[in-house]
Amino acid sequence: MLKSLILNRSPPKTFPIKRYFSLLNEDEIMLQQMVSRFSNDFIKPKVREMDDKCRLDSVLLNELFENGLMGIEIPIEYGGSGMNFVSSCLAIEEIAKIDPSVAVMVDVQNTLLNNLLGFWGNEKQKSKYFPQLACNKVASFCLSENSAGSDAFSLTTSAKLSEDKSFYTINGEKMWISNAEQAEIFFVFANVDKSLGYKGITCFIVEKELESGIVIGPKEEKLGIRASSTCPVSFVDCKVPVENVLGEIGQGYKYAIDILNEGRIGIGAQMVGLSTGCLEHVMPYLFERVQFGKKIGDFQAVEHQYAQMATEIEAARSLIYHAARLKESGKPFIKEAAMGKLFSSQVANKTASLCVELLGGVGYTKAFLAEKYYRDCKIGAIYEGTSNIQLNTIAKMVKSQ
Amino acid sequence: MRVMVAVKRVVDYAVKIRLTPDKTNVELKNVKMSMNPFCENALEEAVRLKEKKIASEIVAVSIGPKQAQETLRSALAMGADRAILITTDMRTDNEIQPLTIAKILQKTAQEVKPDLILMGKQSIDGDNCLTGPMLGGLLGWPQGTFASKIEVDWANKTIEVERETDSGTQVLSMKLPSVVTADLRLNEPRYATLPNIMKAKKKNPSMSKMLAV
Repeated sequence: MLKSLILNRSPPKTFPIKRYFSLLNEDEIMLQQMVSRFSNDFIKPKVREMDDKCRLDSVLLNELFENGLMGIEIPIEYGGSGMNFVSSCLAIEEIAKIDPSVAVMVDVQNTLLNNLLGFWGNEKQKSKYFPQLACNKVASFCLSENSAGSDAFSLTTSAKLSEDKSFYTINGEKMWISNAEQAEIFFVFANVDKSLGYKGITCFIVEKELESGIVIGPKEEKLGIRASSTCPVSFVDCKVPVENVLGEIGQGYKYAIDILNEGRIGIGAQMVGLSTGCLEHVMPYLFERVQFGKKIGDFQAVEHQYAQMATEIEAARSLIYHAARLKESGKPFIKEAAMGKLFSSQVANKTASLCVELLGGVGYTKAFLAEKYYRDCKIGAIYEGTSNIQLNTIAKMVKSQ
Repeated sequence: MRVMVAVKRVVDYAVKIRLTPDKTNVELKNVKMSMNPFCENALEEAVRLKEKKIASEIVAVSIGPKQAQETLRSALAMGADRAILITTDMRTDNEIQPLTIAKILQKTAQEVKPDLILMGKQSIDGDNCLTGPMLGGLLGWPQGTFASKIEVDWANKTIEVERETDSGTQVLSMKLPSVVTADLRLNEPRYATLPNIMKAKKKNPSMSKMLAV
């Protein structure tokens, strides 16, 4: 584009619309409005209760399914909503404005699991599981283990092929599995042949009701996103038919990397939503609270603080949706996705922290939600690739350029 | 039974209203617009009638600028079968008058031939509360306004409307076709689910320009 500008000295006639992340198409706008309304009407009243009880409301979970929010990108013929990746990000962002815990459940289902099945599942698996994932079953992504976090491929969960080659037996313990309490379908990464190293890692689809070998451990007591369940999941002689191998044997490591690259954008959207929600939560208070005869939101120091926050949130949002549009157009997006996740988690951290301070004493109490956003934002820098790992990825890509 | 639902695109109820710079009118530029809440109640009732298999077709009608297509798309996503938009450049919050709207709806009704017309009791921008009754008068049809409950007996072509009045609840029994305006307690409007939003994408509202009435 630039070259032609210099050579021909005439302005380009059209810009392809998709290049501009900020131009949403009609469906995306409708979805954004609908999810925003849904979150405000349905999720908002339950936020505190879900956080205190560490429990996702089951009626809410049903409503998420009913409204098509758990199968956003699943094609319509399988019972999903047939929308695009940016739509998933928009939905996650809008929900995160109200409750990042619910957003993470929607994010994991849509960006990690549905797409994992969508890219590498065969027709039989898709016809069986897509309708379930879209309409009534929550799924979990089982990769991490006690000694395998950032170094995921050192996982030790094993999958042994049976004598008659009709099923695999999975043994191992997974840790930090989101949605584990509600999940009925587990996408498990296990190694079929340890001598091959990470090239033996394979992805298996395991159904809870068919297997007795799945043991869901007690929920972790977390600092934040408490309504989202995070449990250890043990597989004890868990038998999985060979038809339930996702994609090819030994390619699991590749699928995990690829899907996490995308899931990262979803987390970025969650962090952007969190930051926006937190700021929107605090702004009205700044114009109600009067000190020294003036609304505190009118003091220049405070103005500069929220102006800075708003700018950074906008920058994070731009990066996230830019990465999302790149992915949609099939262009390389790994660097942008890593940058987006890194930056948006940093912005969320700063924003939530500042918001607690701006509210003053009351921000430190449970009377306002700022303290919840503050607790919730910490996870952004940790899950789906820690900030240090993101920095490694970005450095690698920058160096190679 | 065919139901015609008149919906209006108005400023979203949660938006803080601002005046234009010259302070002569309400600022509508870049302001979030949605379907009038009472029109949502009306549309929801129509969709419920369809689910009970009493109504066979729902036609959503709106009068407004080209952007009102979005409102009609939400109507389609909520369950309407087809949509008609009558475009106008006049402001629908305070320039175009209820009598004019009623006359346009009268003409539309003569073409659509509904057995029941449902609409919101009033719009949250004009708050005139006149269009429904005027439409009933122009068509010469019975009207049940401020409905909090509707029961249709299609076999006998009658409708029973429970209305909320200042002196209490009144139950009217009317012959179809009739005009009914919806109040808040009529029902709880549904969210347009994502699959329905995608299906609605395929149905395009048919547009016609408003001629002098």
